[in-house]
Amino acid sequence: MKFDTPATTNPIDQLKVVGQPVDRVDGPLKTTGTAPYAYEHPVPDAAYGHVIGAAIAKGRITSMDLAQARAAPGVLAIVTADNAGKLEKGEHNTATLLGGPEIQHYHQAIALVVAETFEQARAAAHLVHVEYERGRGAFDLAAEKGSSIKPKPGIGGEADTAVGDFASAFAEAPVQLDATYTTPDQTHVMMEPHASIAKWDGDRLTVWTSNQMVAWGTKDLAKTLGIPKENVHLMSPYIGGGFGGKLFLRADVLLAALGARAAKRPVKVALQRALMINNTTHRPATIQRIRLGAAKDGRLTAIGHESWSGDLPGGEPETAVSQTRLLYAGANRMTSMRLAVLDLPEGNALRAPGEAPGMMALEIAMDEMAEKLGMDPVEFRLLNDTQVDPEHPKRPFSQRHLVECLRKGADHFGWAKRTARPGRSRKGRWLTGLGVAAAFCNNLLMKSAARVRLDHRGILTVETDMTDIGTGSYTVIAQTAAETMGLPLDKVVVRLGDSRFPVSCGSGGQWGGNNSSSGVYAACIKLRQAIAKKAGIDEDDAVFSDGHVTAGSKRMTLAELAGESGLAAEDQIEYGDLAERYQQSTFGAHFVEVAVDAFTGETHVRRMLAVCAAGRILNPKTARSQVIGAMTMGVGAALMEGLHVDKRRGFFVNHDLASYEVPVHADIPHQEVIFLDETDPVSSPLKAKGVGELGICGAAAAVANAIYNASGVRVRDYPVTLDKFIDRLPEAA
Amino acid sequence: MSLNGAPPMQPPETHDLSRRDFLVLGTSTVASAAVTSDMPAQEAPAAASTQDAAAPATAKASFQVNGMPCDLELDTRTTLLDALREHLHLTGSKKGCDQGQCGACTVIVNGRRINSCLTLAVMQQGSEVTTIEGLGTPEDMHPLQSAFVKCDGYQCGYCTAGQICSAVAMLDEIKAGIPSHVTEDLTQAPQLTPPELRERMSGNLCRCGAYSNIFDAINEVAGGQA
Amino acid sequence: MKAFTYERAASPAEAAAAATRRPGAKFVAGGTNLLDLMKLEIETPVHLIDVNGLGLDKIEPTAEGGLRIGALVRNTDLAADERVRRDYGVLSRALMAGASGQLRNMATTGGNLLQRTRCPYFYDTNQPCNKRVPGSGCGAIDGFNRQHAILGVSEACIATHPSDMAVALRVLDATVETIRADGERRTIPIADFHRLPGDTPHIETVLRPGELITAVTLPPPVGGTQLYHKVRDRSSYAFALVSVAAIVQSDGSGRVALGGVAHKPWRVEAAEAELPHGAAAVAKKLLEGAKPTQENAFKLKLVERTLAAVLAEAKGARL
Repeated sequence: MKFDTPATTNPIDQLKVVGQPVDRVDGPLKTTGTAPYAYEHPVPDAAYGHVIGAAIAKGRITSMDLAQARAAPGVLAIVTADNAGKLEKGEHNTATLLGGPEIQHYHQAIALVVAETFEQARAAAHLVHVEYERGRGAFDLAAEKGSSIKPKPGIGGEADTAVGDFASAFAEAPVQLDATYTTPDQTHVMMEPHASIAKWDGDRLTVWTSNQMVAWGTKDLAKTLGIPKENVHLMSPYIGGGFGGKLFLRADVLLAALGARAAKRPVKVALQRALMINNTTHRPATIQRIRLGAAKDGRLTAIGHESWSGDLPGGEPETAVSQTRLLYAGANRMTSMRLAVLDLPEGNALRAPGEAPGMMALEIAMDEMAEKLGMDPVEFRLLNDTQVDPEHPKRPFSQRHLVECLRKGADHFGWAKRTARPGRSRKGRWLTGLGVAAAFCNNLLMKSAARVRLDHRGILTVETDMTDIGTGSYTVIAQTAAETMGLPLDKVVVRLGDSRFPVSCGSGGQWGGNNSSSGVYAACIKLRQAIAKKAGIDEDDAVFSDGHVTAGSKRMTLAELAGESGLAAEDQIEYGDLAERYQQSTFGAHFVEVAVDAFTGETHVRRMLAVCAAGRILNPKTARSQVIGAMTMGVGAALMEGLHVDKRRGFFVNHDLASYEVPVHADIPHQEVIFLDETDPVSSPLKAKGVGELGICGAAAAVANAIYNASGVRVRDYPVTLDKFIDRLPEAA
Repeated sequence: MSLNGAPPMQPPETHDLSRRDFLVLGTSTVASAAVTSDMPAQEAPAAASTQDAAAPATAKASFQVNGMPCDLELDTRTTLLDALREHLHLTGSKKGCDQGQCGACTVIVNGRRINSCLTLAVMQQGSEVTTIEGLGTPEDMHPLQSAFVKCDGYQCGYCTAGQICSAVAMLDEIKAGIPSHVTEDLTQAPQLTPPELRERMSGNLCRCGAYSNIFDAINEVAGGQA
Repeated sequence: MKAFTYERAASPAEAAAAATRRPGAKFVAGGTNLLDLMKLEIETPVHLIDVNGLGLDKIEPTAEGGLRIGALVRNTDLAADERVRRDYGVLSRALMAGASGQLRNMATTGGNLLQRTRCPYFYDTNQPCNKRVPGSGCGAIDGFNRQHAILGVSEACIATHPSDMAVALRVLDATVETIRADGERRTIPIADFHRLPGDTPHIETVLRPGELITAVTLPPPVGGTQLYHKVRDRSSYAFALVSVAAIVQSDGSGRVALGGVAHKPWRVEAAEAELPHGAAAVAKKLLEGAKPTQENAFKLKLVERTLAAVLAEAKGARL
């Protein structure tokens, strides 16, 4: 199905199942511990692999003594770059997954020790003796900023954009802001470590893994091993969180496959938690300079946003300026991205890449500018709304309800009660304050395929290689299929995450829900045609409802039409040029109340509200969960999350879950989410858009702005930890 | 054996373990240890000559899991978590960090919640262990399991077993009068207030950020006092 | 984790004797820190002596009117004990500020005192650490050290002791009881129990090889308002940036000790004389000789402000 004209009325609009807050269909398995994650598939005779990571950030292995480890009890094989055979690099990998002799980053995998038991593999790994020759590396973004270069156009578009005459407009603006913000390296730390089981049958490889993008993972595994893609069967039915950290082939899969080949046994590998952070990918740190110029009435006349980030050679920039090209009106504008070479672990996507750190900076800048103008920060944003792409004024947004989000949120949250002057609201020990930020995240369109099969019991089975990383894919796909086919939800079985199924969009970039469901919709429409044909009725007259198809006086059950042989259909959604003709984005507004300890600067979030306009909400229950989860990650980004770089040795020091702090229960209050009643016929037949990343965009800035409102102290360097402002906090006693 | 994307509505193939299976599994562990002592002669001396490569010591561990007696002979290094997951094939308890820093491995031992990654199986001699599998099944869920489904108190599901086991024991801790960091008056019995519930559940990380919903689920089962 | 043999000891004397018999043996109680370190081979005992069956899990009144806490009393049970909550509130509060519900159910009184630093360079075996490998250098001093010690530091080590409980015990003037293989028992004041790093940071306490903690004794209650304020980056389940244990009497006199600032709980009796003069005066004395790094210098201000918070709270409680 090619989607190239805006959707009109279609079966989804019935909203009997779609749009309903149904419980997750995989809920009973997840809550009883019976959903099998990657490491848990019962594969007989599996041996255990333990990964060894490089002890240096850059340089060479000069010797590797495996003798003692090989002789250790239970050891079956040791895989190193020396004995693994020729390996290619995956299309989506920047650094190689098995390092040596050259080392590209700290904890880059250099060996896998395979043994009969987990305990034996772990102990033997400690007996591998490695000598290195340290190379000189670059590890400090601020120090390398000057040597950064203009990157090639990539996923975030051109490195530089310009409209009008920014320099003059900024210079002439009566009210100006010129401020620099920094965001730290952040890590996904999903609860399930990267884990895989690999098993060879001759030259055919089966892997159970935890990967968001089954087709990418399959292709890159085959490419890396130098075997045909058809020989790889990859399964990833349950994924214990990804957030972008499991988009790509990682060392666990490759090493499990190599280990299994060497040991001639199935092998299980889970990355050790303390290895994960430096071994895998992370969200790169940024330095962002924002310049805003406005007339005295508050209208922006100049918007400039520059961002610097670093990555390994061959890597890409963190596209932190992308939202600034689209979010606010302003005739004169420029954005710029520069990329430094850093020898830290590989930078890559983490929930809302580009937009999440970009909004952390931009939305503090907007708060600061509103204050300079003496305007309410909500009103300032309302005044500078645009309904067209500001760089291409003839190109409208498909839907844009930022103004409504801000108004509704302000009203609902009691924004009017906010004391505009900062540091004026104290109750006992606590300084309290309110903060606001816009939310913005683009809606991306990706091809996505599925097949559906109706059997003689009237049960519809959906198969697609789509993944559910906690997003609710199983459920919204079941809802989509049930709605389209006129079946109750319990007559739909959804099977995901298998490379033998049609290739979907996968889970990433908040594109999963809309695109994968649209692909399932396309397959179901094809099946409806087949059913109508078999029933001998005109497809346009056929009504699918309650497990029946009806046309005029003719009424038959789907089960009988399917017959013993069943009926199947496969199709994909693909898109025309609607994304070029219309800018497709999602919008929202975050409101936050914080209390800052007047003595110590400890911050507690007391209330949070997000109002979102993100197209049709396919399942308000799971969509709400996506948003509160993203808001929680936003609280982490605001208050505690940051990888600390040892700039001499070149690694992230706080590489475990005790030292890389993420929010705990006690940090998160009741969170409220309001979805505006929006449908977007330009986005897909489902009229839905993404929502999983929208919730993090702006959330951290809203917290930071609330801290300013509470304490009067502005921090432009995330996370806003008390050490950065305790010396500026007013006297408490 | 493969689970090609288990359909979400039915439980996937699981190990149906009887007490006999437990014994067999335990024995197989010993057998694999024995295999390793038959290493080729030229490689054996290194193993024997250094303390580093000493053959794994094993010890007996007998405890009950979900009411079922388990007699295992295990490498002494085996944690309770790995005994459950790798030897008893009860994979509901999750390994999130293996360092006591996440709570995904929380199980209830003798009525108390603990991190099963930070205790050795051999140290649990005579213990009564309850895991998520012992609380309920997809067909017959524990009230907290049902409440988590209803309130969407999870997303990826990997911390969920730990959250639920933790919550079951946490509610008992309040009943037993055990105070917490946020208990204002130490001389009074603690109450199930929202700050109490959140503080007491803070040993269970949820990176998906389902906390607000987990709170609702626990609160609903606890009678909505918070 | 290196292979080890395992035994369960039946009495304190037997445990101590077993430890002497087997060089390289270690006692295991809660295991919450030891097993973590064994997995990383930072601790490599060849033999583990499980002391959980020693019966040292009672809290009993002493003849002097204090409490004797068995070394195996779990953190949860100690914090929940009615007598502790009533008479030694600072101890109950410090315990509850530490770790998580799960870990407090496992961790013991003796083990808590013996937990090792959480310095990330100590934990990362690729990095230099004089505490882990004497003479290898210190990664933290010129590395990332925001969490590290500002007091009592040496050229060799700037690690902190992570315990909250020990800070409360310090302010309560507790004593530690031990037994050795030869049956010799001794009593160590908590002030002397932990060592400063000096040039031997790997030696953290005054315990001798094979010596087993059997109990911690609290002197008779001293009354007052007892508070423990732990400042951290998140609201729970985190180690302290700075913590203050305080006992403040109705006349404004009292005792304070700090956590998160040194290789041991930090108490300066002379500083306590300044309590009636306010937090700044106390902090000045407490922080005498402080040697912060650029990254942890904020702790100086934070100590003063946390003290101010505690004194304000104590004052509020007295009103």
